[in-house]
Amino acid sequence: MQSGKIVVQNLFKVFGEHPQQAIDMLKQGKSKEQILAETGSVIGVSDVSFSVEEGEIFVLMGLSGSGKSTLIRLINRLIEPSAGDVYIDGQNVARLPQSQLIDLRRRDMSMVFQSFALMPSRSVLDNASFGLEIAGMGRGERHRRAMEVLEQVGLASFAHKYPHELSGGMQQRVGLARALAVNPSMIIMDEAFSALDPLKRREMQDVLLDLQKKHRRTIIFVSHDIEEAIRIGTRIGIMEGGRLVQVGTPRELIENPADDYVRNFFDTVDTSRYLTAGHLKADSVPLYVHNGKAPDTHKVCRELQAMDKHYAFIIDEQKNFRGSISLERVALLLEEGRHPRLEQDLLKQIDPVPEDLPLEKVIERLVVNEGPIPVIDGRGRYAGAISKGRLLSRLQGE
Amino acid sequence: MSEKLDLGSWVNDVVQHLLDNYSGAFDSVGQVVSGFSEAIEKLLLLPPAWLLISLFVALGLWRIGAKFAVFTAASFVLIVLTGFWEQTVVTLGLTFSATLISLLLGVPLGIWAARSERVAMITRPVLDFMQTMPAFVYLIPAAMLFGLGRVPGIIATVIFAMPPAVRLTSLGIRQVNKELVEAGQSFGCTSRQLLFKVQLPSALPSIMAGVNQTIMMALSMVIIASMVGAGGLGNDVLASIQRLDIGLGFESGMAVVLLAIILDRITESFGTRRAATSKSLFGRLFCKLQRPQSAP
Repeated sequence: MQSGKIVVQNLFKVFGEHPQQAIDMLKQGKSKEQILAETGSVIGVSDVSFSVEEGEIFVLMGLSGSGKSTLIRLINRLIEPSAGDVYIDGQNVARLPQSQLIDLRRRDMSMVFQSFALMPSRSVLDNASFGLEIAGMGRGERHRRAMEVLEQVGLASFAHKYPHELSGGMQQRVGLARALAVNPSMIIMDEAFSALDPLKRREMQDVLLDLQKKHRRTIIFVSHDIEEAIRIGTRIGIMEGGRLVQVGTPRELIENPADDYVRNFFDTVDTSRYLTAGHLKADSVPLYVHNGKAPDTHKVCRELQAMDKHYAFIIDEQKNFRGSISLERVALLLEEGRHPRLEQDLLKQIDPVPEDLPLEKVIERLVVNEGPIPVIDGRGRYAGAISKGRLLSRLQGE
Repeated sequence: MSEKLDLGSWVNDVVQHLLDNYSGAFDSVGQVVSGFSEAIEKLLLLPPAWLLISLFVALGLWRIGAKFAVFTAASFVLIVLTGFWEQTVVTLGLTFSATLISLLLGVPLGIWAARSERVAMITRPVLDFMQTMPAFVYLIPAAMLFGLGRVPGIIATVIFAMPPAVRLTSLGIRQVNKELVEAGQSFGCTSRQLLFKVQLPSALPSIMAGVNQTIMMALSMVIIASMVGAGGLGNDVLASIQRLDIGLGFESGMAVVLLAIILDRITESFGTRRAATSKSLFGRLFCKLQRPQSAP
């Protein structure tokens, strides 16, 4: 079994009369559409396995109808799984008797909702202390604890207002306070900030990140906003049609999307901040190997002209970068009637850049350098070149 | 087709069978209902007219406002002056008894129907039947089973007035925002906590609308129930029809109308004051929609 705070294994949810039949068909490789047509069953979640580490913010992303809201409800069992296991701290929630499930929900997990789901007839304070009240805590004690969390989310002065007197952002602060009041080790957040305007959404993300700094909890966060996912997610899981397509850090997903569906999510994102020299490099500069004997200058000059290139790089047999030659300079010297020698007259030293150098540093180097710059891999060997033209076309392609 | 299907005689047989075999049970139910309604009527007749009137005026002032309080006072004074006070109080007592019994049975049934698909399936056609059957028809078996007087009147009224209480309780609970119910569950509510701490408080406006409708239907039915001797204003209405006395008909009818308006407005206010929360929410949402979107 995988380790982790939350471990989900081969989880299925089928909405319909005969879930087992539909699961068998899924295992035979039939599509959702086929199963719907043949059995009338709708596949909510199909064979999902993943684990969430302690203290991590795990963001589930997907288009509407991709099963992400169903999946999180299988984790706290607001929806009964059709098959599979959900382990929280090693305890299988999917098989827990009702009384223990209620106990777990009261003690160690809570949830924040897209529509805030506050009780309109309760004051902010009574809403925030709802979980504690359900767990049977006395009035004085639960109000004191609720007041503490209201202070944490900056709503202490609104404790005696009613939800309808607050703005959307403030209402969700109450929702967050209600979830924090029971001091759970994990929180499930279902599109918690999606109903807020972009500014308020950012503000709430900051509130959440701030709270995480003070007290790390394990959070599963459903979102359809990729910017939000990248901003707050330790890791992101992408869902499509009930399946979990890919899980990884934001950078991993941007660098190696599993398929077009995943790639499309990042289409609108300015991913350039994740680009490094390694992404930008290409074999665009002709290479000449210096194997103890310098390559012939005239030959290099002819070949560069034929290829319509302005620069060539010289490397040695161990692929160490030796320097760069400019066609312009060769031509100039030849015109002057001199017979240039490669090492003394032509070879220009440029510091190579490592593959993991971020885009902005690469740009800084390109600006001060006339020609392309060489890229070396982790072992110091030549790996490719970045020219200004190459960089621009790559950025446009993003 | 000369032979007609004799559904009627079959119903007669059923009622006769009930009468022959279970009259003891009906008698005891009758005694309970009779004792209950007499107690309520006595309670209402106990204070002098002005005290009861002041109570209603105060209620109107608190729930609705000064204008309505004046209207209430004027209405009751008119009823007292035309000499229908006592009958009005009797009618009020009958309405209260029937309403209380309807709610006592109807609200729990509504809760049950909201929580069980099967119960909902069974109650629905029964409620349709109860509501659409011409109200007079209930008076016949009621009178046969319970004799003449206030008891069959109240029983028939309960049958007629209970459906909205059941329906609107059930509807109110079913319409509670799904995420609100999930919020309750996700914080570890037991089924009972979910009902009392989440569903019923949220369904209260709808339940109060049911209470209001039940009262109004009960009032209209206790007038009709005078045909089996339930008493109250209905007696005067009935007498005016029999004697074609348009004056008496107007006076007693007027008393019914005024009583209906007062009861309606007061009970309605209990529903809408609670609902004010959601109303203002809608209002604010509406404002938000109208405001031009700010650039992201």
